[in-house]
Amino acid sequence: MIRVLYFASLRERLGRDAETLGDPPQTLADLRTVLVGRGGVWGEVFAEDQAVLAAVNQEMANPEQPLTDGDEIGFFPPVTGG
Amino acid sequence: MNVEIRIQETPLDALSEVPPVYLGRPSVGGVVSFIGLMRDVNQDAHITKMVLEHYPGMTEKALAEIVAEAGERWDLAGVRVVHRVGELRPQDPIVLVAVASRHRGEAFRACEFIMDYLKTRAPFWKKEHTDAGAAHWVDARDSDTEAADTWHQTQGARSDRDDMPSAHPSTAGEAGST
Repeated sequence: MIRVLYFASLRERLGRDAETLGDPPQTLADLRTVLVGRGGVWGEVFAEDQAVLAAVNQEMANPEQPLTDGDEIGFFPPVTGG
Repeated sequence: MNVEIRIQETPLDALSEVPPVYLGRPSVGGVVSFIGLMRDVNQDAHITKMVLEHYPGMTEKALAEIVAEAGERWDLAGVRVVHRVGELRPQDPIVLVAVASRHRGEAFRACEFIMDYLKTRAPFWKKEHTDAGAAHWVDARDSDTEAADTWHQTQGARSDRDDMPSAHPSTAGEAGST
């Protein structure tokens, strides 16, 4: 199982802040493909031309990052702190 | 290097956060501090309120990594980073960065470095509320990414950071930032 978290504008658009998924897709990019495949707002939020960042176990991660059981994945827009 | 990093929902008393960075460390020759404030205007809209969200856990880790990297680049005696989350009003301090060092040059550079990296790597998001009753998420600024990138170009990038994913990919979706 993997835990997937959504933050800020993504959380609002998806109407969800977290969920648990079963067997992890191979990579972060594969997970994004799964989410796009849900269609509707998921397809819009995770479309390829959207600037969506991701962290795996709270570290910034590239699309090629492999996923393993127990991972925590966070999806969010470009950051705007400070 | 003495390090304190805090994320807090309560108001930030920025000036009281500075003395603990140097008190009891007589070798410190200078302290540089930066206080980021909430503005009441953004892209011609009058902003009455801001709500700051973050990624608990990751935020603290990201800030600790940024401060540790500053500690590798410069000889620092103490660093304190305090960042607000929750609801803020114009003129409220958003962030305080205070850096103590033997000499001013290192403190000045490290303070700016920490702020530049905080703005592109620490997972905070601002939502602004206007006096017209509207609310919008603040867009990331390309200029912030460029400021952080400057440290790679002019200070010499550490090889293990070359492929560090930026929190500001230069892809679509960021139009409108100034």
